[in-house]
Amino acid sequence: MILGLDVGGTHTDAVLLSSSGIQERVKVPTDPDDLFKSVLSGFSALLKHTDPEQVRRVVISTTLTTNAIVQKTMAPVGMIVSAGPGIDPEHFRTGRHYYAVGGSINHRGREKAPVNEMEIQDIARVMQKAGIEYVGVVSKFCVRNPSHEILIKRILNKYFKKVFLGHHVSGNLNFPRRIATTHLNASVFSLHKNFFQAVEKSLEEMGITVPIQILKADGGTMTLSASMIFPAQTVLSGPAASIMGAIPHAPAGQDAIVLDIGGTTTDIAFLVDKTPLLEPVGIRRGQYKSLIRSLRTDSKGIGGDSALRVNDGKLTIGPDRLGPAMAFGGPGPTPTDALVVLGLMDEGDKDKAREGIRQIAAQLSMDDREAADHIFRSCCNIILKKTFEMIDRLNSKPVYTVHDFLEGYKLSPAKILLLGGPARFFAEKIEDMYKIDTLAVPESSVANAIGAALARTTCEVSLNADTEQGIVTAHEEDFAEPISKTFSEDELVETAYTLLKEKAENAGADPDNIDEVEVVEFQEFNIVRNFSPRGKIFRTKMQLKPGLIKGYESVLSTNG
Amino acid sequence: MLKSSHKTGLVFFPAFDWAIDPTHPEREERLLYTQDQVTEEGIFDIQGIVEYKPDLVTPEDIQRTHFCVPDERTVTTESHLISAGGAKAIANAVMNKEVKNGFALVRPPGHHSMRVSHGGRGFCHINIEAVMVEYIRSKFGLKRIAVVDTDCHHGDGTNDIFWHDPDVLFISLHQDGRTMYPGTGFPGELGGPNAKGSNLNIPLPPGTSTEGYLYVIKNCVLPVLEEFKPDIIVNSAGQDNHYTDPLTNMNFSAQGYAQLTSMLKPDIAVLEGGYSIEGALPYVNLGIILAMAGLDYSGVIEPDYNPDRLKQSVSLTDKIKKTTDQIMGYWNQRDQMREAAGTPGDILIRHREVFYDTDNIFERQKEKIRICRDCGGSFEVDSKATPGHHILGVHIPINACDACKEKAYEFYDKADKTKYHKIYLQDRPKDYYEVKQ
Ligand SMILES: [Zn+2]
Ligand SMILES: [Zn+2]
Ligand SMILES: [Zn+2]
Repeated sequence: MILGLDVGGTHTDAVLLSSSGIQERVKVPTDPDDLFKSVLSGFSALLKHTDPEQVRRVVISTTLTTNAIVQKTMAPVGMIVSAGPGIDPEHFRTGRHYYAVGGSINHRGREKAPVNEMEIQDIARVMQKAGIEYVGVVSKFCVRNPSHEILIKRILNKYFKKVFLGHHVSGNLNFPRRIATTHLNASVFSLHKNFFQAVEKSLEEMGITVPIQILKADGGTMTLSASMIFPAQTVLSGPAASIMGAIPHAPAGQDAIVLDIGGTTTDIAFLVDKTPLLEPVGIRRGQYKSLIRSLRTDSKGIGGDSALRVNDGKLTIGPDRLGPAMAFGGPGPTPTDALVVLGLMDEGDKDKAREGIRQIAAQLSMDDREAADHIFRSCCNIILKKTFEMIDRLNSKPVYTVHDFLEGYKLSPAKILLLGGPARFFAEKIEDMYKIDTLAVPESSVANAIGAALARTTCEVSLNADTEQGIVTAHEEDFAEPISKTFSEDELVETAYTLLKEKAENAGADPDNIDEVEVVEFQEFNIVRNFSPRGKIFRTKMQLKPGLIKGYESVLSTNG
Repeated sequence: MLKSSHKTGLVFFPAFDWAIDPTHPEREERLLYTQDQVTEEGIFDIQGIVEYKPDLVTPEDIQRTHFCVPDERTVTTESHLISAGGAKAIANAVMNKEVKNGFALVRPPGHHSMRVSHGGRGFCHINIEAVMVEYIRSKFGLKRIAVVDTDCHHGDGTNDIFWHDPDVLFISLHQDGRTMYPGTGFPGELGGPNAKGSNLNIPLPPGTSTEGYLYVIKNCVLPVLEEFKPDIIVNSAGQDNHYTDPLTNMNFSAQGYAQLTSMLKPDIAVLEGGYSIEGALPYVNLGIILAMAGLDYSGVIEPDYNPDRLKQSVSLTDKIKKTTDQIMGYWNQRDQMREAAGTPGDILIRHREVFYDTDNIFERQKEKIRICRDCGGSFEVDSKATPGHHILGVHIPINACDACKEKAYEFYDKADKTKYHKIYLQDRPKDYYEVKQ
């Protein structure tokens, strides 16, 4: 048996799955002031009829840390950054206790200026005096050489509870994002730790002793203990849960669009042969940019509760939400009211819905039904237009090799998968309007919890080998080994695979589910100085792709 | 949150899978460290910086600029088409006002490619800026364009392509041709009879430092641009003036490049040479990008930068001042020089020899141009390459007058088919290209 639980903004959804299908499904309102209670009530409801001993796996997805960011309830933390030449690091300031210090490392990982230990000592004392407990340390190009970060941490250790280092965040380059992400790790750490340890303890009391897995933003899972190194990875795992829940219904060998139509927003994502697309660098939501691996999703301000207005004779939908639909006691008309008027939706107060749509109909000089249909169609139109714009953007992303330019993968979806409350009303209309095979995902209201329950462990390793300097490194994994001048591509890939497997097992991966290995990137360069070869640079990234654990996909897809 | 003062477009095409040969300076590794630096700096996350995918130039795009012998396909590889396409993508973004200005960081380069291209010269097969300029003139109808070539080598290809064109101002700053490939670009090279003074060549002595470069920009390039009033300014942004460049002997710095960019304010910059791929390119490119975006670049300083060691001597400064004065003198006399170049309707003949160092081709040219006061003048060029082909190319300038159009068709129709492998017609007013064989 598997327990999957997703703490959303309004509801906490939970499912209990066995190899023969869904055994229990539960939806409880989320109490934003007491998430812990929401989680526990979800679990207790699920386990009413089941012996906890039978539970083999527990996966929790929560926006806990996201909420903390939004509400800025994070504890103040300190940041020490060493930038060297380039953009003034003052632009990336994270708060009051942010210190740009000396020391510099270049793009090859060579030290260009040393750390000033006295400077670090002085800053440490100032922060300690101010009551700072957690500190992040980031140096530019630490991905190539983390020695400055490690040295600074050694100096700071005696002053603070925990010190977070930039090179543990990602093998990707991007100094500003690394600063933001390291800061986030340090900020959410205590909240994350306290919350999940409390959950773990309560589950233990219920008789569940298997380690808790937590869903990450990339749609993969990791154990609670692994998450302590990088707690920010659970940020915004909400959309990931839903997308993972759509996978059982996606066509094999083809591209699919996933649309999660909510009250205020619609999340758009894509699956290629049942595998979700990832953000190339890291989560990026508006102004907020990080190095957190995540699924590629875009949230648009249109949903069932979007505000309807008429401006200059033209209908507009959203992007804001004034409240629920008038059919459910809201202040103004919404697309949901249109669904009620059209007779597609049975729930709600029909008279109130008609009253709302009539306001719009009058301004559009249409009758009620005509207006409702117009609203519904416009709604589908806007969602699909945004989706195709996103596909165009994905298909026109820059390339860096002749090969990629000529062979670059072009996304061309053959199916649309709809999730969320109003999904089932939209499927037929969208299929009719766009002639694309469209399906409202069965069990759509708990697809997110199912997605969390079935997500497998994911991870990624980035390796850099430099035969001129005689070293292969994966600093994110604290790995560095000497190599000879004759180090080869095969040796690199083998090293990467060993590291990846080790990392996956440490993150709690089940050995049966670590065969979906993929080389995401491989580059090889000759180092030439004064017309003579000096060595080679090899770079590779290898990942365990996001996807579902084995043995459940078929059960779910036939279940609908 | 970092935000640029206006929108700036970037095309980044490092062609990680293309090289002339494994140890050649123009090889896969060339933009690797630049990519590392700009990625680590988070350049593509800066609000207002927009990254574009390179476009692909078509044979028609190339035919506006070159006579490719025997044809475009043979002279180019995919990389050349994408590299020129990168410049085209930036041009589209700027001309469509999606961005205020843009920088194409592409390879391979192009500024040694001349109008007739039998193959590779100085790592260049087609002239990516010239292809872009002709694309802009045909698609967007701009009349006056300035191309400022700040590569350390003389931009002899661009110089050749716009030699007869009074509407394209070409200015090249470069290390003195007596000390550097391709050995041309002296102050007296001022353009053809109908365009005297619209090509300005400014040779600089070896050892010129930031001070010298910025002096020339301030005291020559900017005043000339001010008077010429171009619709747009293109910068062939070669980075081999850097004090660490292995192929040249100059003392320019990343700060200098960024300041030059701030002063010149190019609408479009296109990367040309630059072979100090580890010590210079990452910093120079970062500096130029920040300058284009109107962002603070004061922190972009090479780790080993030592201004005292790079100071130029007083005698060198004097030399540069003299050259600048000489160039300004020529510029101020351009009308008289055009007047003195010949009588309208006359045909002027020029012979020359071109060596293709990359492909080991030797070319002899005989060019005939019609003297004209109303347009750039039509011309024919008879070109014979060993090894290779013997061709005739006829060019009608984009703003051609009727008399010149007529003369060009006379060149074309009268050409002896038995003498040439191919006869080309480049009719720019009609945006039309034809080949007879
Ligand atoms: Zn030049
Ligand atoms: Zn050059
Ligand atoms: Zn004429």
